[in-house]
Amino acid sequence: MNPQESAAAPEAPVAEDPIKVQNARVLALLHKLFGEATFTDVEEPHGLLTVTTTRERIHDIIAGLQQDQEIKFHFLTTMCGINYPENEGQELGMIYHLHSLTQNIRLRIKIFFSITDPVVPTLTDLYATANWMEREAYDFFGVIFTGHPNLIRILNVEDMDYHPMRREYPLEDGTREDKTDLFFGR
Amino acid sequence: MAVNDTLEGTHKIHEEAAAQRHGQLMPLLNDFSQELTTLNLGPTHPATHGIFQNILQMDGERIVSGVPTIGYIHRAFEKIAERRPFYQITPLTDRMNYCSSPINNMGWHMTVEKLLGVTVPKRAQYMRVIMMELARIADHLICNSILGVDTGAFTGFLYVFQEREKIYEIYEEVCGSRLTTNMGRVGGMERDFSPVALQKLRDWLKTFPAVMKEFESMFNRNRIFMDRVVNVGPISAEKALNYGFTGPNLRAAGVDYDVRAMNPYSSYEDFEFDIPVGTNGDTYDRFIVRNEEIWQSLRIIKQALENLPEGPYHADAPHYYLPAKQEVYKNMEALIYHFKIIMGEIDAPVGEVYHSVEGGNGELGFYLISDGGRTPYRLHFRRPCFIYYQAYPEMAVGTTLSDAIVILSSMNVIAGELDA
Repeated sequence: MNPQESAAAPEAPVAEDPIKVQNARVLALLHKLFGEATFTDVEEPHGLLTVTTTRERIHDIIAGLQQDQEIKFHFLTTMCGINYPENEGQELGMIYHLHSLTQNIRLRIKIFFSITDPVVPTLTDLYATANWMEREAYDFFGVIFTGHPNLIRILNVEDMDYHPMRREYPLEDGTREDKTDLFFGR
Repeated sequence: MAVNDTLEGTHKIHEEAAAQRHGQLMPLLNDFSQELTTLNLGPTHPATHGIFQNILQMDGERIVSGVPTIGYIHRAFEKIAERRPFYQITPLTDRMNYCSSPINNMGWHMTVEKLLGVTVPKRAQYMRVIMMELARIADHLICNSILGVDTGAFTGFLYVFQEREKIYEIYEEVCGSRLTTNMGRVGGMERDFSPVALQKLRDWLKTFPAVMKEFESMFNRNRIFMDRVVNVGPISAEKALNYGFTGPNLRAAGVDYDVRAMNPYSSYEDFEFDIPVGTNGDTYDRFIVRNEEIWQSLRIIKQALENLPEGPYHADAPHYYLPAKQEVYKNMEALIYHFKIIMGEIDAPVGEVYHSVEGGNGELGFYLISDGGRTPYRLHFRRPCFIYYQAYPEMAVGTTLSDAIVILSSMNVIAGELDA
């Protein structure tokens, strides 16, 4: 097949889908404000624009989007940590969900970093709600938020000495044999 | 002593205490030279309606600072969910906001359906709407009547609890259980509404409005009640948004954000309803907004019941929807699918999906990442209580202890949702 054709073919329906148009608009804004090189892995799973960036830029980006007068991402819906142990050097991640309530556009931003250096700038200076969300991420994944006013455990007991949502801690004791299921391989 | 002096004094005490305590559990400062008292409110205080603790610094009756401690009923749902097939996660969602379990269940089912690409038939969507709105009414009834109890009006509570009991009877007819409902399935409802359920629902729709009117007439313009709640614990719209408020608490502050209207799910676009908003986000506004939402929910239920479409009550998704039990004994395919679903042998597609519903307390979000296995790779619950409860110290500071109790109950903090 002609490579030009195959590139052009999916574009025709793209222009008609309002969600794709909207996401293209948000992406153009992101590129305009912060540069194209800042974002990698642009995806749209189930219509929600997802971009990956670096932790060095995350604070600027979320601050810039909060200030932005065009789309007005004023609302931090949620944030959560994630752990991919097999991604060497990028084992831990933070995922932010932003929402523009005026235009009803959602945006998901991901950052990944090493588990040996899990340091991320805090968002508490931008969003009061980030306080407990970051404490939760610290509690579960051990992400250190620099500049957080009170980074202590929130849901688990204070003298816990590990971060239980990391994949290295299985839910059940892996050495137990009475629960091995020989037929279904778990 | 001026209030400002006291506040500065308290900050100083806190800083000194933080320097001294080196990770000890909590400051226990009764500094009588400053005339401040440390008061431990909770974790199991009858006035806090749930297990959470607040360490308050009091200057006489005034609160000068508060430090909430949460996590007393943390059950690690996000971790447990990483080991469970999707249908086994539904009972976990029950136990988050246990005052409106069906909304949590449906929200979770819809998240999975979005991931799987399953479209639910219209009838099932309308049935879900009816159950979700019943749950919202039950949730708001509890919140508002408990607020009455905390201001000294016990009668309203007993009065509407009878109505909540009737709602639970409808749940019982629909799914078999009352509080932690585990209602519906991925792909629809587990059974059709029985004639008894429909009859109970219709009867309740006839009797409830009169009760609600009477409840409102007891409170809405009651001088004693208004003196207790007007201008107590106000929060501005900007601050509420900054704190991530959603649901009735945000709408009381004057922001008309409602997931049902902004991102309609389960056919909410078919129904006509208003979104009540308050003006200054105080306890009275929160109370009135919840009352009005009960009326709007009734409107939605009536519309859904009148226009309840005929047709199947679940999607044709044999890989995910459990077959009827009678079929399992007689039909080979049903037996195979039953076995595969129950044993968790069906892999979900790879993908990530965020879906949110309007829970009793606001935007209840499910962020599901699937790596193609039988269980979620990661499941994160956006729990509205957890997010807005952190504003509580700010709202309570400067008020009296009795006001702080009223603010807490008007925010409708549910311990299960707070701690997950």
